[in-house]
Amino acid sequence: MTKALPSVSRPATPGFATFEEPAHSLLIDGDGEPDFGALQTSEDFLALKRRVKRFILPATLLFLAWYVTFVLLSAYAADFMSTPLFGTVNVGLTMGFLQIVTTIIITMAYARYSKRKLDPQVDKVRALVETDEELA
Amino acid sequence: MTGANTAINLSVFGIFVLLTLYIVYRASTRNVSASDYYAAGSSFTGTQNGIALSGDFLSAASFLGISGAIAVNGYDGFMYSIGWVVAWLIGLMLISERLRNTGRFTMGDVMAFRMRQRPVRAAAANSTLVISIFYMIAQMAGAGGLMALLLDVHSKIGQAIIIAVVGIVMVLYVLVGGMKGTTWVQIIKAVLLLLSVSLLTIFLIGKFGFDFSSMLDRATQRSPLGEAVLSPGVKYGASDLSKIDFISLALALVLGTASLPHVLMRFYTVPNAREARKSVVWATWMMAIFYSCTLVIGFGAMALVGTDKITSAPGGENSAAPLLAFQVGGTVLLGIVCAVAFATILAVVAGLTLTASASFAHDVYANVIKHGEADPRDEVKVARITAVCVGVLAIVGGIAANGQNVAFLVALAFALAASANLPTLLYSLFWKRFNTRGTLWSIYGGLTSCVLLIVFSPAISGSKSSVFPDVDFAFFPLSNPGIVSIPLSFLAGFLGTILGGEPADREKQAEMEVRGLTGIGSGLR
Repeated sequence: MTKALPSVSRPATPGFATFEEPAHSLLIDGDGEPDFGALQTSEDFLALKRRVKRFILPATLLFLAWYVTFVLLSAYAADFMSTPLFGTVNVGLTMGFLQIVTTIIITMAYARYSKRKLDPQVDKVRALVETDEELA
Repeated sequence: MTGANTAINLSVFGIFVLLTLYIVYRASTRNVSASDYYAAGSSFTGTQNGIALSGDFLSAASFLGISGAIAVNGYDGFMYSIGWVVAWLIGLMLISERLRNTGRFTMGDVMAFRMRQRPVRAAAANSTLVISIFYMIAQMAGAGGLMALLLDVHSKIGQAIIIAVVGIVMVLYVLVGGMKGTTWVQIIKAVLLLLSVSLLTIFLIGKFGFDFSSMLDRATQRSPLGEAVLSPGVKYGASDLSKIDFISLALALVLGTASLPHVLMRFYTVPNAREARKSVVWATWMMAIFYSCTLVIGFGAMALVGTDKITSAPGGENSAAPLLAFQVGGTVLLGIVCAVAFATILAVVAGLTLTASASFAHDVYANVIKHGEADPRDEVKVARITAVCVGVLAIVGGIAANGQNVAFLVALAFALAASANLPTLLYSLFWKRFNTRGTLWSIYGGLTSCVLLIVFSPAISGSKSSVFPDVDFAFFPLSNPGIVSIPLSFLAGFLGTILGGEPADREKQAEMEVRGLTGIGSGLR
């Protein structure tokens, strides 16, 4: 199943198998290499990209915004950050600890999302060229 | 710190070195091919690699530097911890899986994937070497300072000898064990470090009746700053300029972590992208636990040892954790904490040496000099020779930089990584039009602007704490250049691409995108 080395890419000849052909046909070019151009525009790959984007884009923006907010508040709103919350524990320390908590939450959410939504779709795309991997 | 301690410290540390060297030797029997040397034959599991990843990342700066920074500066020291934990989300979601799918051994593999090979690989190797050596000198300098404290070695010559010994042991790890050996050293060290840090934390918090608030209360009484130590601004709140420096540091921390070359190279030791993802999940948990513990240890040291005693101890801030260990557990615990800290330096430096040597041998020798047709055996031979050279360079640099502030030097390495590597990696993974010229502009633009701004910053000249305190050629006011050089590198990559140069290779771009997400064509399962 496994090849010892990553395949050396050749100058790709125009794909013999194209996107218009029935879905079960393999997206392999004349040399038996995966036809990446056709793969890139295949329905399954586009669906994978959409799923990746749906999670990564909002999650990245969210955690960066949350982190920057924390940094800016620390720099310019020291009084607010010093407000005591639980005993001597103030808003700033609590927010800092929450940064760590949200990091763990996003990490686990991504791991779960990948397993449920991304990995099966990756397998679908890989199935488009599976025979190639077998032959090589 | 008396002679008896020194004996215990030395023996605990000696046992660690002997044990790890034995393991490295055992792990190295089949260490012949390039893949074995650089990537441990991609044979580690995600869990193992995740632990090693945290081992690579948890340097002496993290353990001694951060707990010390918290013990002295309170809240402002805590900032480092948070940046370093949050940063792993970038590694997890944007980089690790795509890197594993598209590259083989080095960062250059990914950056040059769809670009002209030779110039881009040379650029990637340059940036890897500069960052690794910077980071390594910081670690070696830390080793000298640590020794002053732990082994009671106060003469500069004595410390220089110790730095040289550290350098030789680490080169041995790399030469004998390759990536497999160094990975095992990282795993052992990470487990030891996390174990001792969590036990210390549980013990400390137990001492205060599991009440963090009362610990902080006690801490504020022992700090000359009083209540202010729990609020932001102790270190960075003095002026508008220092606030911008604070933001600059925060940016470098969060953006630099996932683009450090020795962290990137770790992703190649696992067999596929799913394991790479698992590594980051493990590493993130380890980091989250570790840095939560440093918060307790830092404030614990403030409460039990007192800030004044820490700052006046040899080694200054860096001595907070060892002093605390001595206070609560006597000489034995001190010996263990010191040995773990020292092992940390050793392991991290070994990882850096390996990365630098791999980058030179694989990118410069095999691909630039030999046009990609080098004999893999020669390539490994070159890598080993480079490892020795890098080791010598690190020893010399470490002796020269002995006494500098470790966490600060490390923060500069993060700024370099965030400027030279992150924009290039993100563009080449996510921007279709990105081309060779854009790649070169963003790598060199980020690297040179960052280096120049460091040279002309107060870190190098013009202030009491700088490297050359007697001369003043500083004109850039910030001690961390990230806030300028990171956006500059993004801009340079963008301009380089849209202002011409050969257009992006569509075929290769398609291959990279498909391969990055699915692993098709990489031969990985």
